[in-house]
Amino acid sequence: MKILVCISKTPDTTSKIAFKNGNTQFEEAGVQWIINPYDEWYAFVRAIELKEKDPATILHLVTVGTPDADPIIRKALALGGDEAIRINATSDDSYFIAAQIAEVAKSGSYDLILTGKETIDYNASSVGGIIAALLDTPFISLATKLELNGTTATVTREIEGGEEVNEVSLPVVISCQKGVAEQRIPNMRGIMAARTKPLKVVEPAAIDSLTKIVSYELPPAKAGVKLVAADNVGELVRLLHEEARVI
Amino acid sequence: MPVLIFADHADGHFKKSSYEALSYGAKLAEQLGTTSDAVVLGTAKEDLSSLGQYGVRKVYHINNASFDTVDAQLYAAAITEAVQKTGADIIIFSHNQTGRAVASVVAAKLKAGIVTGAVALPNTSNGFVVRKTVFSGKAFANVEITSPIKVVSINPNSFSVQSTGGSAEVSPLEITVGTPKVKITAVNKVSGEVPLTEADIVVSGGRGLKGPENWGMLEDLAHSLHAATACSRPVADSGWRPHHEHVGQTGIQVSPNLYIALGISGAIQHLAGVNRSKVIVVINKDPEAPFFKAADYGIVGDIFEIVPKLTEEIKKLKGE
Repeated sequence: MKILVCISKTPDTTSKIAFKNGNTQFEEAGVQWIINPYDEWYAFVRAIELKEKDPATILHLVTVGTPDADPIIRKALALGGDEAIRINATSDDSYFIAAQIAEVAKSGSYDLILTGKETIDYNASSVGGIIAALLDTPFISLATKLELNGTTATVTREIEGGEEVNEVSLPVVISCQKGVAEQRIPNMRGIMAARTKPLKVVEPAAIDSLTKIVSYELPPAKAGVKLVAADNVGELVRLLHEEARVI
Repeated sequence: MPVLIFADHADGHFKKSSYEALSYGAKLAEQLGTTSDAVVLGTAKEDLSSLGQYGVRKVYHINNASFDTVDAQLYAAAITEAVQKTGADIIIFSHNQTGRAVASVVAAKLKAGIVTGAVALPNTSNGFVVRKTVFSGKAFANVEITSPIKVVSINPNSFSVQSTGGSAEVSPLEITVGTPKVKITAVNKVSGEVPLTEADIVVSGGRGLKGPENWGMLEDLAHSLHAATACSRPVADSGWRPHHEHVGQTGIQVSPNLYIALGISGAIQHLAGVNRSKVIVVINKDPEAPFFKAADYGIVGDIFEIVPKLTEEIKKLKGE
């Protein structure tokens, strides 16, 4: 069994979001970087659990990023996994990122490729589907449970108004969300072991980006809360009906 | 070249998110001086010509029961073939669960640039620039699609349904149906409830409700507003409410017209899941709760006293 987990470096949830150079670039000063929570807590931790069940499993991580992604890759390796691959490029285009990962995936012949359901910075939710299309394998989105039985994956996934259970033969690409696994905290042994695990750097393949970010905007500031007295609930209903017109 | 809109349905019935996508695609076609068509997969239980009222000229119907469940690979192959047969160069999806499963696969097959989570019509005055939410609703990005074929999926509840009263020509479309590689062994649909991501109004509870036994008053309020119910992460983690109700950064992101937060302090992780709501009402006994800073309306007070009164007032307003 060979598993590839795609991870991305994202600003910490609590980071202040600001832009520079005429709102064309994300202001990275003062930002704390983390592994995208969907990638780490769900996709990667589930992969680690699968390796714990079957120690012969080979578990690789992959990310598209410049050397400043190395600290979060080491952090991920402290949780588990055998090796990380960093594709030495930077991009915010889903196709570029997915196509780079698909190149790595092709040469590595992985049975299972996991992603988070989206990243918390660009919120695209696209990389998994593109990888699957480029590899011509099935794509299962928004998984909330994942079990392996030999070469069959049983996946519970979120659909419109409910969930369904899928059975699929490997290889498959699955995007993971809450339910698949629980967040883990690395221990000292893991942190020490991570230092010597291989972090391979590969140069990107020649792939065109199909989108580019022209500019960013911050949403207009809220006008401030209009407080209604606790003994005047009727006034709140009136405001929602007549002023906000939402009920 | 025409705009093609994927109009998805649940068990044969169309949903608001599909009408939004149709309206968006039709408006975009108007802006570009072209026409818009819809593609529908699987068995429909509604009159497809009625989709014309949202501005589409033609509805291509791939009427094959193999599409009555969503297999991303089969769907993507069928939509890709429909795009090629109709010569469309812009494909519109809703960024709902089905859109998340299918849109990116279609984009890759067509080598089309994709922007998901669009919140406004593209700016086509110079190129094709789509405004979308980024940083979990904390900002917007204007993203240019540079490829000849373009895929856009729109955030539910961010583009209003526009009915023009027309009728569409329904045209059957024959396509090759692949062999499914995914076997569906069980389907569990939550019946009778308003789906959270599609709800116009969401009533959400936090630790301030003190325990699962107190959810009755929240449900009464939700019922009076035909709202969906949701909760904060600690509530889901304590098992008071099911995980599929958890709204926040790592749970579900919602963008209703009205979000009512009861006894939720408003941690930044929770706000990341709700900050796309149009109007936020916060009721909390702690005047220092950070949620008030993100709210439009608020009441500082005891939810156990206020919520039942609020339900009464709403029933009065609705004449029930």
